[in-house]
Amino acid sequence: MSVHRGDGLADGNPADGNPADQAPSEVTDQARQARARYLLLDERPMPDLVAQLLGPMQRAGPLYWLLFAVLGCMVLVAGGVWIYQMWWGIGITGLNRPVMWAVYIANFVYFIGIGVAGTFISAVLRVLRFQWRAPITRAAETLTVFALATSGLFPLIHLGRTWKFYWMLPYPNQRRLWPSYHSALLWDLTAILTYLTSSVLFAWLVMIPDLATVRDRIARGWRHRLMNVLALGWRGTEGEWSHLKTATTIFSLAIIPVMILMHSIVGWDFAMTIQAGWQSTVFGPYFVSGALLSGAAAVIIVLAVARKTLHLEYFLRAEHFDGMGRFLLVLSLAWAYFYFNDVLVPWYGQLPVDKTILQLFTSGRAAPLWSLMVFSNLVLPAATLWSRRVRTSIPAMVVISIFVNIGMYLERYLIVAVTLGRNELPFDWGAYVPHLPEILITVGAFSLIGFLFLVFVKLFPIIPIWEVREGQMKQGLRRIGRDLVPTRVDPD
Amino acid sequence: MIARTERKWTMVVDLDKCTGCEACVVACHAENNVPIVSQEQVVRGRAMHWIHIERYWEGEYPNVRARFIPLLCQQCQRAPCEPVCPVYATLHSEQENLNLQIYNRCVGTRYCQNNDPYKVRFFNFFDPVFDEPLNEQLNPDVTVRSAGVMEKCTFCVQRIRRAEERALVEGRALQDGEVVPACVETCPPSALVFGDLLDASSAVAQLLQNNQRAFRLLGHLGTEPSIYYLKGGTSRVGA
Repeated sequence: MSVHRGDGLADGNPADGNPADQAPSEVTDQARQARARYLLLDERPMPDLVAQLLGPMQRAGPLYWLLFAVLGCMVLVAGGVWIYQMWWGIGITGLNRPVMWAVYIANFVYFIGIGVAGTFISAVLRVLRFQWRAPITRAAETLTVFALATSGLFPLIHLGRTWKFYWMLPYPNQRRLWPSYHSALLWDLTAILTYLTSSVLFAWLVMIPDLATVRDRIARGWRHRLMNVLALGWRGTEGEWSHLKTATTIFSLAIIPVMILMHSIVGWDFAMTIQAGWQSTVFGPYFVSGALLSGAAAVIIVLAVARKTLHLEYFLRAEHFDGMGRFLLVLSLAWAYFYFNDVLVPWYGQLPVDKTILQLFTSGRAAPLWSLMVFSNLVLPAATLWSRRVRTSIPAMVVISIFVNIGMYLERYLIVAVTLGRNELPFDWGAYVPHLPEILITVGAFSLIGFLFLVFVKLFPIIPIWEVREGQMKQGLRRIGRDLVPTRVDPD
Repeated sequence: MIARTERKWTMVVDLDKCTGCEACVVACHAENNVPIVSQEQVVRGRAMHWIHIERYWEGEYPNVRARFIPLLCQQCQRAPCEPVCPVYATLHSEQENLNLQIYNRCVGTRYCQNNDPYKVRFFNFFDPVFDEPLNEQLNPDVTVRSAGVMEKCTFCVQRIRRAEERALVEGRALQDGEVVPACVETCPPSALVFGDLLDASSAVAQLLQNNQRAFRLLGHLGTEPSIYYLKGGTSRVGA
């Protein structure tokens, strides 16, 4: 029967040949503990996984539809505000001279940062063979795609004449007009389109075996037709698996530099100018570290929400939050290191305009925001994430992650909207206060990501089944003397 | 196509002569169809004056002194606003050393304003409204800009073109003093002087020759502006 399933995943009995089963009771206890702790040691038969994961995809409760309606309305409101803004002009926002960029661009940078994390978790951890990543990659990749798509809207929303956006694309035209590649915005546009394309392809590629599973096991009607197309005729033959492995490795290695470059270019949008507080040689790596920080924290939030609402307690365990917590700690320290670099040099230089901006942050009008940023991005993670107890507590991790995201959003906001208010000529100083249109569009952007996730989890498995199965097959418990040791088989 | 002579259009602003009367601001509005922004919008920091007088106070009350500096597009030879435009809406005329602005090419990224250290670029936050009877006096030589477009001082490029055409028709070279931007024409104390710096006999060239008072605003940024200021009295503005 399983021969015709076609997903290439046999319904093996995990109890067969497990050394722990024949061991004395002390060792069995050890084995039980290890299984309770580590997903990859806790092998379950395929129908179990399917029931746990694919079951909820076919049902939708009233809460789901309520959330669907609320988020959908928020997105529609934001879309309406955008149309209203195009009709009347950018003047409906709080922008002014000299603060020509503010919340829209801060959103753009923030959401792109969120979008970096998926690749980090999926590709970097894959290349470095962190086995525990198996169940969290799909959520991270999906978040990447949705956050990138949302962030890509913001340069358009922010344009004075949105309907002329295509003038920035290098398309052949009668008047032989070409966009200017002197402008960092064009590098940015190129980088985002490249990264968006490659991350969609990457997310799709590693989803193919699972699409086949959905196609063969649960999908009916239009879902079956959709999965039939998306699974690209996957049957689970040896050759297909070997191709998938090669393609995944190539893609993982190739997408990492794209990700780093893309976010560096976002930093260069600012660093290439002569605006004080922006012109900085450290902005490339500084922006990348901040992006990874906010993105990793966002992935933790998504995982916690998915675990609770989709009942994925079997797949997402404390060990995963522990692993993500370690990354969050390292990234928080990395961000702090780059930020220190970025602040130390202008502070030491004491140029009047740099001094003004530093004063504005540390003791001026922006001091509350700045202090909250430093607390959320550095003090809170660095003070708490050392402890395994904090890292394995899911509520604590969610709280820390929310703070990190608030901190990173504030960081983007301070760089864009607050820094621009200060320049070389004090007569032209200004301040920016967000108005209702920006706020509604920002809320709409967050809602859009939530809405897309809502749709996604009902169509596609949010946990990569085949990666979990693969990890479980590779991982086992082995007896050494009286001890049980987790071991891994890795043929290459 | 007119073969253009290489020029370096330059303005000299004598801060000793400037009284801060703002006649230049009014003249510029009339000549270039610069929108009149409502009071409410001005409070929100959206005033539009291609040339404006920046006023700085020196000293503490009662020993205070006002200092004026007329600020307009500095027509930089190495303009920071130019390379950042993704659609070439602002670009350099190498031959005339002018910083051109093409309104109908602008998509409104506002990147140029961010990278403009002098903050002399103005964004049309809304479509311009010209109240009666101002709508009757719009200059037909200058585009009325729509919402979402960046604009700035052009050195009255329409006047430069008119003068060039007249000289061409009359078959002679352009003479010094023939091109007069609106602000220069109207300045009561003649604090503003305009001309071609490459023409050694021009008024600007004469004024700037070995002039100890001449300086360019924010010179340390290396933007090489085409506006030269002459220090006024004990003024330390910009120096």
